[in-house]
Amino acid sequence: MPPRVDREKCDGCKAEEEPLCAQICPGDLMVLGENKKAYCRAARDCWDCMSCTKVCPVGAIETRAPYQLGYHVAKLIPMMGTNTITWTCIDINGKVERFRYKNRTT
Amino acid sequence: MAKDLPKDLKDIPTEVIETDLLIVGGGNAGCFAAIEAKKLNPNLRVTIMEKAHISRSGATAAGMDAINTYIPEGKTPEDLVRWSRSQVGGGPIREDLALSNAQNLNEAVEDLEEWGLPILRDEEGNAQYRGGWDVSIHGEQLKPIMAEKAMAMGAEVYNRIAATSLLMDGDRCVGAMGFGVRDGKFYIFRAKAVIVSTGGACGLYKSYTSDATSSHHQTWMSPFNVGTGYAMGIRQGAEMTSLEQRWVATRTKDFCGPVDTISVGYKSSITNARGERILQERYAHLGGDKAPRYIRANAPMEEWLAGRGPTYADTTHMTPEEVKDMKTDYLNERPAFVLFLAARGQDITKDPIEIYGSDPYVVGGHTQSGYWVDIERMTTVSALFAAGETAGGNPNKFVGGCAAEGKLATRGAVKYMATVTLPELDTQQVEREKERIFAPLLRGPEFDGVSQTEMEERMQRLMDEYAGGTSQFYRTNEERLDYALKHLKMLRDQTKFLYAKDLHDLMNAHEVIDRLDVAEVLVHHLKFRKETRWQGWQTRSDYPDTDPKFDCFVESRRNKETGEIEMFTRPYEQIVPGDRYQP
Ligand SMILES: Cc1cc2nc3c(=O)[nH]c(=O)nc-3n(C[C@H](O)[C@H](O)[C@H](O)COP(=O)(O)OP(=O)(O)OC[C@H]3O[C@@H](n4cnc5c(N)ncnc54)[C@H](O)[C@@H]3O)c2cc1C
Ligand code: SF4
Ligand code: SF4
Repeated sequence: MPPRVDREKCDGCKAEEEPLCAQICPGDLMVLGENKKAYCRAARDCWDCMSCTKVCPVGAIETRAPYQLGYHVAKLIPMMGTNTITWTCIDINGKVERFRYKNRTT
Repeated sequence: MAKDLPKDLKDIPTEVIETDLLIVGGGNAGCFAAIEAKKLNPNLRVTIMEKAHISRSGATAAGMDAINTYIPEGKTPEDLVRWSRSQVGGGPIREDLALSNAQNLNEAVEDLEEWGLPILRDEEGNAQYRGGWDVSIHGEQLKPIMAEKAMAMGAEVYNRIAATSLLMDGDRCVGAMGFGVRDGKFYIFRAKAVIVSTGGACGLYKSYTSDATSSHHQTWMSPFNVGTGYAMGIRQGAEMTSLEQRWVATRTKDFCGPVDTISVGYKSSITNARGERILQERYAHLGGDKAPRYIRANAPMEEWLAGRGPTYADTTHMTPEEVKDMKTDYLNERPAFVLFLAARGQDITKDPIEIYGSDPYVVGGHTQSGYWVDIERMTTVSALFAAGETAGGNPNKFVGGCAAEGKLATRGAVKYMATVTLPELDTQQVEREKERIFAPLLRGPEFDGVSQTEMEERMQRLMDEYAGGTSQFYRTNEERLDYALKHLKMLRDQTKFLYAKDLHDLMNAHEVIDRLDVAEVLVHHLKFRKETRWQGWQTRSDYPDTDPKFDCFVESRRNKETGEIEMFTRPYEQIVPGDRYQP
């Protein structure tokens, strides 16, 4: 379930030595392009762990189900809070579900 | 990026780092090993060599929704060992290892809770059990929590360093070598003792969704754990145990996600196309719902084979609240499964969740394949310890058991370290390794070779069709295994044609080299066990029954001189009394 980067939103993590998505990806898949926007170098190799999606400070990354597995178009958007996480899920019929819970006690 | 790549070995800088305890792989077991070392002695130099970034690496990168092994009040470590033994059909298992893990895992889980992991509890404060041994958690942050603790305790973490080989002094391990996936440097870590905790091996076999889609890595286990930890030991003649006991699991279909979440957590029955409850109706004689794990894992695939697929985890009885809780569980563990359901537009109270068999893995934290270790967790290579999925002999560890074993390996290593000093660095050995590591990167632009993707896909299909993969319903026979060995050897000879365009490619090239080494040993193990003891995990169509002769551990060792894989057995020893087949 490869990540898609919104080119408008991605600022290349200018302030960081290395973009956060590139730092975190366990498969070393996120890289900064010539245009200073991040992209996933090998969609086939993504484990859809969503670490890049969670870490992006501007919400520029969307995890997409490959069409071969799931239909167009569903969304799952994580929002990281202080010790909480909020997920918004929208299915292909437009049905919205929201989940919010504590992911850390301290 | 390509313009910065070296043209010559001489252009590649070498970093030498000296430490006391080196931990290769900063995952679940590795973090606990580091924390324990600092607890035992804050002055100890503890170094973690991590291929990815320690905050989100390994099996727990996306989080966890349960800790599968936490001993409830009223039960004992011996009870857990009895259960674990029965899950693998009476063993044989290493009961000494299982017992020591069981004695330590509650403490590890309590540590996690203290560091900030939300364990779900009822009003009275009792941990919420979803099955006999597993407690529910909201573990989205599990990996960052472990990583932060390891760093706070003072472990020195080297992220993005892929280990490739052990550093040896004769027969003793004195560190490890690897390369910087970012900086392109050659790294030598010198240490008095080494713990290898690189997780298991995923991607030896083809996953059934890997056909030309963007889902080659639609695997249950992290596809970035490729078995390098085993491969490094195999190349040094370390003894491996029980590799033939592969982990094949029932997983959600098309998205290879966990199923325990549904079947244990929400008491969903496993059903087939006719609506039959498979376990109760077809496996009653083997224990039904409580049948050993390999039987439950294999059951859906047997239904497909018999023409009774599709198979389901029946979720149609669930209330909306339960659906919400279940999805929350997945969001904590494999969040993209929730996206997958949304992309199918599936209401699981109307359409049950489809299930299927996974591709096979070598994971010593689930089944018992891995390094043969002594009670201190030292492997047969002196000064080399193993923990977690990397260590064999002791199945059903999961999060708690891997953590406990990290601690145990550290205790063993620290005791051992007191008796040794570091030898001189063997410059010839390190130069050889440097050359081996960087060769695929230095072949030049005109080189006519093979990409790691091509080789990986060839190997995965070979293993799938000949060594009992999903497409073959996990079955294999002597002739197919011989065929696999012949072609694995050809592939090994062809690794000299592997080329890498950049450092990421170089990492992938070594991943396929390591997988080939593990696959070869695995095939020898499958060949040696001429019986069928754990259908699915290990099915020989030419020897369909169990043979009492094989009620023992199957062991292997690569002869360092000849390169031959030597096979032998070790006897089973029952330590925990009781009927081996009953929990
Ligand atoms: C999807 C999924 C769901 C699961 N659900 C549960 C559950 O609900 N409850 C439960 O108890 N257990 C569960 N498990 C099992 C549990 O997560 C594992 O058993 C355990 O975390 C493994 O720990 P480990 O330390 O052995 O390996 P890992 O945590 O995987 O650590 C291996 C580490 O080694 C690193 N590494 C690998 N190769 C190299 C190299 N060459 N050089 C340097 N570093 C390297 C990796 O990047 C990683 O950091 C689940 C596993 C998966 C995959
Ligand atoms: S983390 Fe987000 S903003 Fe930063 S480089 Fe990646 S996509 Fe762009
Ligand atoms: S989802 Fe995970 S594996 Fe895929 S690109 Fe993002 S961080 Fe990497």
